[in-house]
Amino acid sequence: MTVQDSGYTFAYLDEATKRMIRRALLKAVAIPGYQVPFASREMPMPYGWGTGGVQLTAACLTPGDVLKVIDQGADDTTNAVSIRSFFARVAGIATTEATAEATIIQTRHRIPETPLTEDQILVFQVPIPEPLRFLEPRETETRRMHALADYGLMQVRLYEDIARHGAITRAYAYPVRVEGRYVMDPSPIPRFDNPKLDRSAALMLFGAGREQRIHALPPWTRVESLDFEDYPFEASRPDAPCALCGATDSYLDEVITDDAGGRMFVCSDTDHCAGRRAAGHRGASTETGA
Amino acid sequence: MYVATKGGERAIGNAHAWLAEERRGDPAVPDLTVAQIREQMALAVARVMAEGALHDPDLAALALKQARGDMIEAVFLIRAYRTTLPRLGASLPLETAAMACDRRISAIFKDLPGGQRLGPTFDYTHRLLDFALAAEAAPPPAPEAPATPGPVPHAAGILDREGVLQPEAGGEAVPPDLTRAPLELPAGRALRLQALARGDEGFLLALAYSSQRGYGRNHPFVGELRIGAVAVEVEIPELGFAVEIGEVTLTECETVNQFRGSATEPAQFTRGYGLVLGACERKAISMALVDRALRARELGEEDTGAPAQDEEFVLSHCDNVQASGFLEHIKLPHHVDFQAELELVRRLRAAAAGAQREAAE
Amino acid sequence: MTDGTDIRRNDGAGDAKSFKGFCQEFSKIPGPGGEAPPLLRVSGLTRRYGACIGCAEVGFDLWPGEVMGIVGESGSGKSTLLACLAGHLAPDAGQVLWRDRDGRTRDVLTMSEPERRMLARTDWAFVHQNPRDGLRMGVSAGGNVGERLMAVGARHYGRIRATAADWLGRVEIDPGRIDDAPHRFSGGMQQRLQIARNLVTHPRLVLMDEPTGGLDVSVQARLLDLLRGLVREMGLSAVVVTHDLAVVRLLAHRLMVMKDGRVVEAGLTDQVLDDPQHPYTQLLVSSVLQV
Repeated sequence: MTVQDSGYTFAYLDEATKRMIRRALLKAVAIPGYQVPFASREMPMPYGWGTGGVQLTAACLTPGDVLKVIDQGADDTTNAVSIRSFFARVAGIATTEATAEATIIQTRHRIPETPLTEDQILVFQVPIPEPLRFLEPRETETRRMHALADYGLMQVRLYEDIARHGAITRAYAYPVRVEGRYVMDPSPIPRFDNPKLDRSAALMLFGAGREQRIHALPPWTRVESLDFEDYPFEASRPDAPCALCGATDSYLDEVITDDAGGRMFVCSDTDHCAGRRAAGHRGASTETGA
Repeated sequence: MYVATKGGERAIGNAHAWLAEERRGDPAVPDLTVAQIREQMALAVARVMAEGALHDPDLAALALKQARGDMIEAVFLIRAYRTTLPRLGASLPLETAAMACDRRISAIFKDLPGGQRLGPTFDYTHRLLDFALAAEAAPPPAPEAPATPGPVPHAAGILDREGVLQPEAGGEAVPPDLTRAPLELPAGRALRLQALARGDEGFLLALAYSSQRGYGRNHPFVGELRIGAVAVEVEIPELGFAVEIGEVTLTECETVNQFRGSATEPAQFTRGYGLVLGACERKAISMALVDRALRARELGEEDTGAPAQDEEFVLSHCDNVQASGFLEHIKLPHHVDFQAELELVRRLRAAAAGAQREAAE
Repeated sequence: MTDGTDIRRNDGAGDAKSFKGFCQEFSKIPGPGGEAPPLLRVSGLTRRYGACIGCAEVGFDLWPGEVMGIVGESGSGKSTLLACLAGHLAPDAGQVLWRDRDGRTRDVLTMSEPERRMLARTDWAFVHQNPRDGLRMGVSAGGNVGERLMAVGARHYGRIRATAADWLGRVEIDPGRIDDAPHRFSGGMQQRLQIARNLVTHPRLVLMDEPTGGLDVSVQARLLDLLRGLVREMGLSAVVVTHDLAVVRLLAHRLMVMKDGRVVEAGLTDQVLDDPQHPYTQLLVSSVLQV
């Protein structure tokens, strides 16, 4: 446990701001999938680098919490390291790389492979919360579309995908319908992760700092990825097992190993992979890894 | 052989250490002091205060030093600092008519009460590099004359009295604050002005320029441009009256724009307004032009689709801290989403190749 | 019609009763079946622009399967009237009553926005003069036709596509072009695509604003034939605004002539065009070039 820097309020934000964020969170939880505006504060890291997620984590943290921060599924990517050390410094809470030990997990672009529990909160960093944004740039119009559940345009876009490519070509940030009402962007997670959103035991919170929006999925919420009856949503399947641990059902990163185009595929979720290797699983690569 | 490396933390630490060395530069060269920046780079300091939305020349100077001269980085430092400050209250509306003007010009009258005062302006300098400055010689003292204090009323007042200038509508007693409540569109004029006052000077300059070139033209004249110190007064509840707590430097610009009128309404000029912390003349004038352009709809003008007239476009993109943050975030790892796209492209290509083969058979 | 009673309105005041009676006696179209109210009842519709009149005190009834033409020159108020009916403009006064599929009378002007949007997407249709205003230019022909179906919940790609292809055929567009973008179509094809997009949900009322405006004469003729066929097949009611008397002659059962925001003459199309009573109508009719 690191010592909290006493020059700051616990978790950096002043109490009035935390209260404002919690109120927005309560509203978001009460209306699953609905984007709640909130007065995002300036933070010591740039907009676009996780300020929304950081504000939500800061509003939820209590001194007994154990925090895990991942980016692209890994604990030691630079931005995850930066955010984890920020909280260690301003909150003095325990941090961990083990998914099972964490009470709050802040993530960018992945959902951990290890199934989450009712005692955990998953905080997502969101760049653009509005699923309709690239169909309709005006905020005034998209707000109305959500209010009237006017999602025909979104379905048309999926139709166009199938007409042009034979399949829906959203590889990440695949839009979902929450409790049959609001269409939501689950943040740029690969479509592989979408099934984990549906009826998750953990509370899932989404923060967009620059765009000033919060949305949420309470535990056990029905989340369906948009599709057609005759073109049902399919999460992508990995083509190969992890070269390090042999997992066949985990999302893989492609690593280029030499100039000749040699490549190998390894688990994106570093904790999951390390855990499997610790339990004796091995992949095709003879390297044990760190 | 591939080794799953860890070391992000060490890499960051090393990067920060090198950054500190680069910031200092050649140790044989004297260290730049905050006071030097404050005194001799005053316009940079002014811009950091304006866009950081915090009036403190020393802090702004420190931010510039820490940011190695990168304006937006310095503004970011000030904004992040500002977030931590407790909000004590609001001042009374600033009386810019009572400004102690260092500079005051009006383009619409040859002369007017309060006079035309150039102040320490670049306007009429010849842009020839002055190599004497490299020699660090002290400048000769500027000529002095006794001060002629007296009221410096706004030029707009003259037009107001004649009734040829559209009066400003009164606003709410407590204007909204976009740092305390999320910005919602459509926004009222007060909120727009707050956003513009904090907005990026370059962006506003380009928008103002575009409006002059015909993208939402509104024929601006500079009715008033003044730079100087204005007293800040705060009402103290325990005392029951207002007390002056200090003064700030402000730049204020009022433009007189294209008149409107019809058979039933007599013609009147319309106005634009710009107010900026510190001495930021270019920003204040740009702000006034953009303010006026954004009022197009409420003044019943045709929406030509010009960017300067598009409230949502201007307000969503004028904050340079937001803009640079989001722009630069694309440097962050995106390999997971990219991987998903890569797989998709491969699959589509494989399917197309397969279909071609089948067709050939 | 020759009993001496002047059954055509020359003074701009609406008189639904005489109209109804007239229609029942002499109309070529099926009457309103007993006591059933009309499909659309407009009364006192007024819209001003400052001191100018857009349209004033306009009223009429419309029955199923009936096409009403509204003619006039620019500034007559016909487009304002249509825009008020369609909900693009808010009228200053008046009432618009619509009988929905369940037989209930709905007050269109006081409806909530969700209800109005639903109406616009299902029972009503609006054909713009410029097809680009009524199409999504960035979406394929199939997507354009299928959009209304998807907006009301259609979720089977194959069926949506089949319906779209079918409709393309019905408006005489080659179904093989279902994946083409509208900007690759000619003006006439774009207009027919817009019609298909509007009719796919079997609306009961179609509002058309200069549907043949801007098209070549031969293309116009083909489009009017198509419209006439569809109106008959589907039992559509329609309000067609146009300055072109040939369009009303071909499409409309009844017409209203507007000038300066008011209706100056109304009646059966053939009667008004063959025997105009109001001086302005006479001027319009005589001004048409005989080719």
